[in-house]
Amino acid sequence: MSTWLNILLYVQIGLSGICMYRIIRGPTIPDRMVGADIFGILVVGVCAIISIQTEKSFILDIGIAWIILSFIGTLTLAKYLTGKKLNE
Amino acid sequence: MVSLILISIGILFNLLGCIGIIRLPDTYNRLQAATKAVTLGCCSILLGVVFHFGLSDAGTKALIAIPILFFGSTVAAHALIRGTYHFGIKLGEKSVKDDYKDAVK
Repeated sequence: MSTWLNILLYVQIGLSGICMYRIIRGPTIPDRMVGADIFGILVVGVCAIISIQTEKSFILDIGIAWIILSFIGTLTLAKYLTGKKLNE
Repeated sequence: MVSLILISIGILFNLLGCIGIIRLPDTYNRLQAATKAVTLGCCSILLGVVFHFGLSDAGTKALIAIPILFFGSTVAAHALIRGTYHFGIKLGEKSVKDDYKDAVK
């Protein structure tokens, strides 16, 4: 059980690396924002798997705080994208 | 055992979403593929955590995190794609229909 959970944890971290690829190589600015948004969701899964492995519950608190901060950050970036068109 | 099956299903969904974020040709396609698949995948992982811990403090925290993740990520994706359209990113070459263009102006 623990070995399979380790494999799943490494797969999830690798998927976060794929999102980092999209952040680095995105052709436009919204592509990078999409990568950052999906990265913020994937980290919650990493926190959940680590909380099962270590049998501690405070790591889920980190996950919940990460969800809310990612939500606020994405809303701010979307507002920035919309507001720039109004200024032009 | 149920928790391992749920976590495996969730990571399969995450894998499909991340393949979509690499392979699809357009910003809109990438966002709509990745957001739906990754949100459901992480909800499945958190449901696996609930089944593993039961209704202790950790299980309750995971159960609270599921609706926050579900509504938060979908609303954020909607706002992000609206900002992308207003920013002036064109649709891909193979797109055939754009209904939002009439609604903007």
